[in-house]
Amino acid sequence: MEKFGFSILKARHINYDSNDKSIAEYISEREPSFRICIECGCCTATCTTGNFTRFSLRELQILLKRGENESVREVINKCMLCGKCTLACPRGVNTRNVILLAREAFQKRLKNAV
Amino acid sequence: MPEKKHIAVIGAGAAGMEAAGQLARSGYLVTLLEKDGQTGGHVKDWYHLFPDRRDSKEVIEYLKKQAGHKNVTLRTGITVQRLEKNNGLFVIKTSGDGEIKSDAIIVATGFDLFRSERKEEYGYGIYDNIITSADLETLFRKNEIRRHNGEIPRKVGFIHCVGSRDEKVGNVYCSKLCCITAVKQAMEVKKHIPDARVFCFYMDMRMGGAMYEELYKESQEKYGINYIRGKLSEVSENIENKLVVKVEDTLAGRPLKMELDMLVLMAGMEMSKSGLDLARSSGLQTGENRFFAPADHHFGSNKSKTDGVFYAGACTAPMNITDTISHARAAAADVIDYFRNQES
Amino acid sequence: MQQDGKKRIWSDYQKEIADDHFFYVRSCIRQSFFPGSEQFFLHFMRDILGKDVYENPSHTTCTGIGYHGDVVPLATIMTVVARHFALMKESGYKNIAISCVTSFGIYTEIIETWKHFPEELEKTREYLYKATGREFDVPENMAHTSDIIYKFRNEIAEKAKYKLINKETGEPLNVVEHIGCHYSKMFPKYGVGGAEFPNVLGGMIDSWGGKVIDYPERRHCCGFGFRQYLVQANRGYSLSNTVKKFESMKPFKPDFVLTNCPGCNMFMDKWQYTMKEMEGTVYGENGESIPILTYEELAGLVLGINPWDLGLQFHMVQSEPLLKKIGIEYDPDNKFKTKDGRQMPVPQNLINA
Repeated sequence: MEKFGFSILKARHINYDSNDKSIAEYISEREPSFRICIECGCCTATCTTGNFTRFSLRELQILLKRGENESVREVINKCMLCGKCTLACPRGVNTRNVILLAREAFQKRLKNAV
Repeated sequence: MPEKKHIAVIGAGAAGMEAAGQLARSGYLVTLLEKDGQTGGHVKDWYHLFPDRRDSKEVIEYLKKQAGHKNVTLRTGITVQRLEKNNGLFVIKTSGDGEIKSDAIIVATGFDLFRSERKEEYGYGIYDNIITSADLETLFRKNEIRRHNGEIPRKVGFIHCVGSRDEKVGNVYCSKLCCITAVKQAMEVKKHIPDARVFCFYMDMRMGGAMYEELYKESQEKYGINYIRGKLSEVSENIENKLVVKVEDTLAGRPLKMELDMLVLMAGMEMSKSGLDLARSSGLQTGENRFFAPADHHFGSNKSKTDGVFYAGACTAPMNITDTISHARAAAADVIDYFRNQES
Repeated sequence: MQQDGKKRIWSDYQKEIADDHFFYVRSCIRQSFFPGSEQFFLHFMRDILGKDVYENPSHTTCTGIGYHGDVVPLATIMTVVARHFALMKESGYKNIAISCVTSFGIYTEIIETWKHFPEELEKTREYLYKATGREFDVPENMAHTSDIIYKFRNEIAEKAKYKLINKETGEPLNVVEHIGCHYSKMFPKYGVGGAEFPNVLGGMIDSWGGKVIDYPERRHCCGFGFRQYLVQANRGYSLSNTVKKFESMKPFKPDFVLTNCPGCNMFMDKWQYTMKEMEGTVYGENGESIPILTYEELAGLVLGINPWDLGLQFHMVQSEPLLKKIGIEYDPDNKFKTKDGRQMPVPQNLINA
């Protein structure tokens, strides 16, 4: 590789078909309101954690739904479970439960295999 | 006396049939002109109508009753070529060297669906398994949704804003109904194929009518429709004859690639060609979006700039069936007002 | 796939291509890397078709690489282009035949700029006059040389000695056609067939018996890009884009790739060597790499011209497997000999050799 001085880049597409969406399915089965999110960002706007660190619940739930679980696994633990997001959500998504279920799913499925 | 006044209604779609019926019931004589062989315009081609998913046949039945009033003379297969005004009377020149005289005119020439072949990068008419929303309604009616090779599609995508909100095809306006149609059709696909995965690729979700937002929520909650915010840039076919779509998942901030079995293009509404021809031949003004320009946006949306010529329905702007029927009734009221003002 | 849909689009994008009396402007890269191509074009037009193709020895590079690489400013390149138009005017030619797709893009971009901003045209007249004392007219017809070969593809098909058919199986060869981005993506109306389903190379392949392959990344840029590859570390970006195209076309088993842009041809040819060295990957069947041909080289092969006179031996990926498939006769001993029979040094590390 050194003799060329450059390398081949990895594509940054979300490859929807090959991604594992089982975490999102786990949450969806146990908390149906997970499905009716419209990604408005109200939760993220009011979030306590998001004040000073990069934490967007809106983004995290999309990444889960697309199967980009690795981007979510550690980050989701930053949530302080204060519940402000659930208060704010205009659709009535039980966001607090979504977060708890996500953490549960990650713990149960250590290798993300269905 | 009201019986002596005669109105010509051009176009026997929802607007034309309703306007004709309203005027007939008020005692006027109406000639309803239609260029095709049958009445019913676009409504007759739809399957179930939003928001309550009732069968379009019921609406057609209602419209036929309206237009079937004894004061209405229906003439099909007639194309109106030019409108002329002589001493307060209108002369309508039609195909076959015909001539019809009337005291007022309602133009209800409706809309044409955007021809999706014009959006070349979407490959309509080139790649198999790409259909429009109108094509899908026909498949619903036949109760058979199949890929080109006869297989049942398991992954279906809906593309919003095809031919609308698009500088490249010359339609910068929003066609208003495609979003709700996509939601409705997505749910219907799931009903026909319960294990299908359905994706809607949208720029915005425009849910501006009665019960629209509720339907959107129902589609997510009960039918598991997936909504991805990102406009489709191009479609291609891979070696397994599946459609490969490239969108950006804007809310995740990354491009997304997906294989689909079938793609439905939500074709927008355009001013009808027959309406444009009539506008040019008869000096009726059109707006920048090529639909008829109303005399006034707020209290004159049925009036043209010519006294005695009125507009009804989607020839003025994209509108759903509910609004079209209301608009047609308003046109009838304007005609009656016009006659009343003439007498005084 | 429904061909009727494509035919409808092609009929929407018809282009006026001149018939004769061309002013020929050469390509920097093609002269160096694909020497047989331009030579064949002149031989075909002048000797076979009897057309008038004129080359002015004073014409220079269009400086397209410099312009796209941020080294040459817009005013300079407009003046350079204007100078070529002035040379055309002086020699009495109104039709320009452009060999390079980047040049083609430059010329169309500048002519469109002058249409929308006439003050730029006036300024350029002033610059050129002050710098060289020359005056110019905007050419009447602008064609890329692939457009011209496209126009005469049926004449080539009539005179063809070989067809693009696999001799053993009798099946048409699978051909990937790759159009340079600057050919039609900027101004679809200037490309035969438009930008989405271009037909300039597809038409040639169809007339000569081959089968055009449509694959998911057909429209994707090869990654040449000019500005980033000038810096060595950035070439990974160019390479990755070409890799993306090859991975997409591999399942379709193409027999060769046809291009009309020098940059694309060079990259798709050379990056196959790089990929083989870096990761051992090859994209053809049976451990072979895919030959990348220019349209002149393909036209020459079809007409029965000696492959070594077309310069195929100077590609990175050698074309012998393709020649065998078509049944073209060639002499392996003459491959690296000069015209008068002297032996040249034989390169090592050739692919497919």
